[in-house]
Amino acid sequence: MALAACGSSGPGSSSGGATYWFLNGQPQEGVRTGAVDRFNKANPNEKITFTTFQNDAYKTKIKTAIGAGQAPTIIWGWGGGTLRTYAKAGQVEDLTSWFDQNSKVKDKLFPSTFGAATIDGKIYAMPCETFQPIVLYYNKKVFSDVGVQPPQSWGDIMDLVPKFNAKGIAPFSLGGQSRWTNMMWLEFLFDRIGGSEVFQAVFDGEKDAWSNPAAIDALTKVQDLVKAKGFIEGFSSITADSNADQALLYTGKAAMMLHGSWSYGIQQSDGGDFVSSGSLGYMNFPPVDGGKGDPSDTVGNPAQYLSISSKASDDQKKIAKDFFTKGVLDDEEVKQWIGTGGVPILKGTQDLLAKDKNADFLTFTYDIASKAKTFAQSWDQALTPTPAETLLDNIVKLFQLSISPQQFADNMNAVIGQ
Amino acid sequence: MSTSTTHQRGRGQRGFLPWLAAPALVFFVGFAVIPVVGVLALSFTTWDGIGAIQPSGLTSWRAMLSDPGLLHAIWITFLVMIASWAVQTPLSILLGTFLAGHQRYRGVLAVVYFIPLLLSSAAIAITYKALLDPNFGLGAGLGIDFLSQDWLGRPTLAFSLVVFVVSWQFIPFHSLIYQGAVRQIPQSMYEAAQLDGAGRARQFFSITLPQLKYTIITSSTLMIVGSLTFFDLIFVLTEGGPGDATRVLALDMYKRGFQASLMGPASVIAVILVLVGLALALLLRRLGGRDASQSQIEGA
Repeated sequence: MALAACGSSGPGSSSGGATYWFLNGQPQEGVRTGAVDRFNKANPNEKITFTTFQNDAYKTKIKTAIGAGQAPTIIWGWGGGTLRTYAKAGQVEDLTSWFDQNSKVKDKLFPSTFGAATIDGKIYAMPCETFQPIVLYYNKKVFSDVGVQPPQSWGDIMDLVPKFNAKGIAPFSLGGQSRWTNMMWLEFLFDRIGGSEVFQAVFDGEKDAWSNPAAIDALTKVQDLVKAKGFIEGFSSITADSNADQALLYTGKAAMMLHGSWSYGIQQSDGGDFVSSGSLGYMNFPPVDGGKGDPSDTVGNPAQYLSISSKASDDQKKIAKDFFTKGVLDDEEVKQWIGTGGVPILKGTQDLLAKDKNADFLTFTYDIASKAKTFAQSWDQALTPTPAETLLDNIVKLFQLSISPQQFADNMNAVIGQ
Repeated sequence: MSTSTTHQRGRGQRGFLPWLAAPALVFFVGFAVIPVVGVLALSFTTWDGIGAIQPSGLTSWRAMLSDPGLLHAIWITFLVMIASWAVQTPLSILLGTFLAGHQRYRGVLAVVYFIPLLLSSAAIAITYKALLDPNFGLGAGLGIDFLSQDWLGRPTLAFSLVVFVVSWQFIPFHSLIYQGAVRQIPQSMYEAAQLDGAGRARQFFSITLPQLKYTIITSSTLMIVGSLTFFDLIFVLTEGGPGDATRVLALDMYKRGFQASLMGPASVIAVILVLVGLALALLLRRLGGRDASQSQIEGA
């Protein structure tokens, strides 16, 4: 509509080189800006200018900009459902033939990372950056003070809850206002109880997929944990963007936390000597007794993704593709990601990982990512925006105990396949 | 002779004066009328904000009018409107009356009271959010148990807090309006009342308050119509949470439009907001009588 054109001339129309938007927040922001700066220095004729945004704000901003035809040349994202809406609207370049011609670029990356970049058999994004599985973190110091062991099963988790509460320590930290933080719990419980096919059925648009008994069981279990005061008091007003949830873990106010692998770098830079003194423990989400899921399964972001706006000029597209070939995951960027505790999606980095000061965590992440039977994409990223928003809203209500597991399933069944 | 010159001048004014309204009219058409028409058109379409706009008749209207979420958002908006009006009006009148005095210490206090007026809603929301954080906020820092409650995590507390912060932010503005109005009341009325033996309280209720009638209507209109557009503060403070305890219409519109990519239903909410706003403004003008701008001094 005409309204969309009301803004000032946006980055999409600027002629002075390519533009690139991505997330801010250290330490990741520094690695991203470093890669752009090196590319600009090495290619004086090809300039990329970047703009950074906060996570939650970015998700809205980028959608609006693309809809208004003001997208940056290079669109940073999570692939999956959002990328599908861009692709369906013809807003991002089909990179399939480019990858065929530049098979070297494709072959150096883990093949599993291309799943969330592929829509109906065509590749619309270049996987980049790191594997980000969700990890169960725990504070070793708090565990030894209370005299308990890390949980090996869901039963252990429920047994630990009253023990920590009795000492005035929250069993789990949670940034519940951000919503996707709560979602990680359901992702694991669904998988551990019913296997990866439970959510796959939702993704494939099967009717009443949320009413699967395993789904109802998982929803009930998470409410049991809320009722047992498993999460920190006030979790519904804590945001993940402020990193307060992570601060609760490293200050010892909470014993455990389910969070993305990127949180390791944040705890390392914000938590004083918490990480360097070896107080941070981590493990894959434990199995649920009697569950069908493979305990090696994980969820999270299989990679991050760079798409090229179809509205960009040919010059801008060429710069973007050159950046994909020469800039993305160059040796220095790989080194820096490893330095932040991230495992790049590049093949054959084991030796580099093993030499780093965070070798334990890096090898752990690498093993999870490379050995997982299923590396499922985060639900809110896998689904298209409309059902994803309904999902996040209902998850919050589920954690507030204001709807029952059955109501949750009914509300979600109503938007399946949208 | 004199009548003819007035006549001539009047004609000249009529030729020139309408042009003075042109800039305002251009802005009004550009930033109010055209967007409203656009939104009305969008409400009869299906659009995800990215792809093509598909006309879809009444689909969005039907979906929204049968959505319990909309009723809830209307209810919350109404509650915020009433609660913030009920908190702000008496406090603003009292503060405004107090500040209308010409004592020097009142001038100093006035400056202090007006500080919230200078702050942006987002800054206010971020500050309150940080201060009231149950784990790292003021309460936890100073060891005051009362303050370390889960302010933004419980539906009633979060709602009350939104009303409190809104009032904190806007009371200075309305006090300013009342201060001006109270200073307009002729001193002679108070002198007469004093001669008749009326005390401070009696003077306030029998002179100040009735004389403020039209100011109350103006300030209430601003409060009530303004409360329909509360967005930034609530968005930063609670994002409409916990659950949907503070999800007012404006926020619901944003979430549906920009987060759930449902521009059609979001436009329906926008149209509803425009209609409700206009209806309320009209209603309040009616309450004030036909001509709110007439002088009320004689009538006192």
